[in-house]
Amino acid sequence: MAQRLIAWIDQRFPLTSFIKRELTDYLTPRNLSYWWNFGFLAGFLLMLQIISGVFLAMHYKPDVNLAFDSVQHIMREVNYGWLIRYLHSTGASAFFVVVYIHMARTLYYGSYRAPRELMWWSGQVLLILLMASAFMGYLLPWGQMSYWGAQVITSLFGATPLIGDEIVLWLRGDFVVGDATLNRFFALHYLVPFFIVGMVIIHLVALHHVKSSNPSGINLADKDNIPFHPYFTAKDLFGLGVFLIIFCGFVFFAPEFFIEAANNIPANPLQTPPHIVPEWYFLPFYTILRAIPDTLGGVVAMGLSILIFAAMPFLDRSRIPGGARFRPFYRAMFYIFMVDVAVLAYVGSQPPGGLTFKIGVAATVIYFAAFLTLPFLSRWEERWLRARGLPPALQALLDSETEPKPRREAR
Amino acid sequence: MAEDEGVDEKRRDFLLTVTGTVGVAGIAAACWPFISSMNPTLDVQTQSNTEVDLSGVAAGATRTVAWRGKPVFVVHRTPQQIAAMAQSAGGKDPAPDQARVQEPQWLVVVGICTHLGCVPNKTEEGWLCPCHGSVFDNSGRVLQGPAPRNLEVPPYHFAATDKIVIG
Repeated sequence: MAQRLIAWIDQRFPLTSFIKRELTDYLTPRNLSYWWNFGFLAGFLLMLQIISGVFLAMHYKPDVNLAFDSVQHIMREVNYGWLIRYLHSTGASAFFVVVYIHMARTLYYGSYRAPRELMWWSGQVLLILLMASAFMGYLLPWGQMSYWGAQVITSLFGATPLIGDEIVLWLRGDFVVGDATLNRFFALHYLVPFFIVGMVIIHLVALHHVKSSNPSGINLADKDNIPFHPYFTAKDLFGLGVFLIIFCGFVFFAPEFFIEAANNIPANPLQTPPHIVPEWYFLPFYTILRAIPDTLGGVVAMGLSILIFAAMPFLDRSRIPGGARFRPFYRAMFYIFMVDVAVLAYVGSQPPGGLTFKIGVAATVIYFAAFLTLPFLSRWEERWLRARGLPPALQALLDSETEPKPRREAR
Repeated sequence: MAEDEGVDEKRRDFLLTVTGTVGVAGIAAACWPFISSMNPTLDVQTQSNTEVDLSGVAAGATRTVAWRGKPVFVVHRTPQQIAAMAQSAGGKDPAPDQARVQEPQWLVVVGICTHLGCVPNKTEEGWLCPCHGSVFDNSGRVLQGPAPRNLEVPPYHFAATDKIVIG
């Protein structure tokens, strides 16, 4: 009966062939480490955020007079409301942890290089959508941090030359962040995840076209590829189990860890809290904003600090495969960059002033210098590695990649 | 085949361009109501005036009132503060103190930092913005920090000696 049903469907819809092509026959490098687990985890978190968000929306009220109390109502009176809300708030932080690790893996192993540029760029769009969604969602509890975070970020658009004030007024729908702002942020916070789902589909279609990169950085022989299902479904699910142990630890034992205490005070448009900080996942970019004394310059630098990742396929000019693993100088640079981002995040969490400001400026310079020196460093490093002698197999591979090109052009 | 011979390529290109242009313009026009709907609504725009009774504000004290939802600082300045402000020209955005007040003892400024919209906190010397450290004097002029301009002076007038109307 089941077989007849599947046969009936297969005549009308490519069900069996789709599962075969994309899962049971989809070849995946057998040497993928657990660093390749984080894309799957991001997909899981997207589902968790959408599901928990839909259930929160059933009880939440996007109105300046009701919003804060409706969140308290969810916490105290809705059955398991506390759990759903803590899943959603912890899930947002976990989403950024997972996505940042996913990006760091891509940078470390050089997975952004040809032919995976479109994967990297669609991922970049996903990051920006995720940031937009997280930013708008953070306003909804209508606490002091929510309010002043939104006030500051919408003010950033005021740096636009000539029409800055009009743009800010249009974004807020009011002279300050108000009821109109809260309502539209709620509507858009509900909308953006659908764009994210669409972009994830594009991301996955591109992935299944170019296939996964792997730690070696070269395309493996057929015998070194294994089907995604059951091998990597099992591996991904095991990783999910480990992730959930940590995640549930936060949800059940430290749910307020990622929530600023000041956000338990209802929003007050006449009083800024003495020390406002954005959510931790925005801290490095916030420091870059503050490091530039000019408003427009700061906004441009902050925007560039996110967008500059898109240039990685062009900035990295080395053809040595395998990313940082086989490239000692790129590896050193990767770790310096990671430390630098951590310093930026720390500075962003501190009140403005004196020494931390100077550290922030220095870390901002290093941040951009890392990207801008990469074209020269990567070229020089490749020559250095070749001069020291590459493994014969790798040398042969690089020669075979470079030689056919002129011949093809001559033809 | 026979059809191709009679094709006037220039005419076809022209029609294509015109159709495309009209189509794009039509889509843009159709977007306008939606974009415009996000601007402040009529009821928000009409919250224009705020009356402030000055009689209860002691010398040296500040009253914060809401005007169009924005905080407005009404400061009753002491003679020492007035004298100090009259001598200073301000910092990054120089302006004489007399140009920023109607009565020297009453300073009225919008309490929104011109950098990124936080509300500065009152200090002895003026204000300090908690967000990014901009410092303002007792005339609302920016002395240091990232704020590009002085605190805005809203339109207001004295309805009586102890009452102002902002807006």
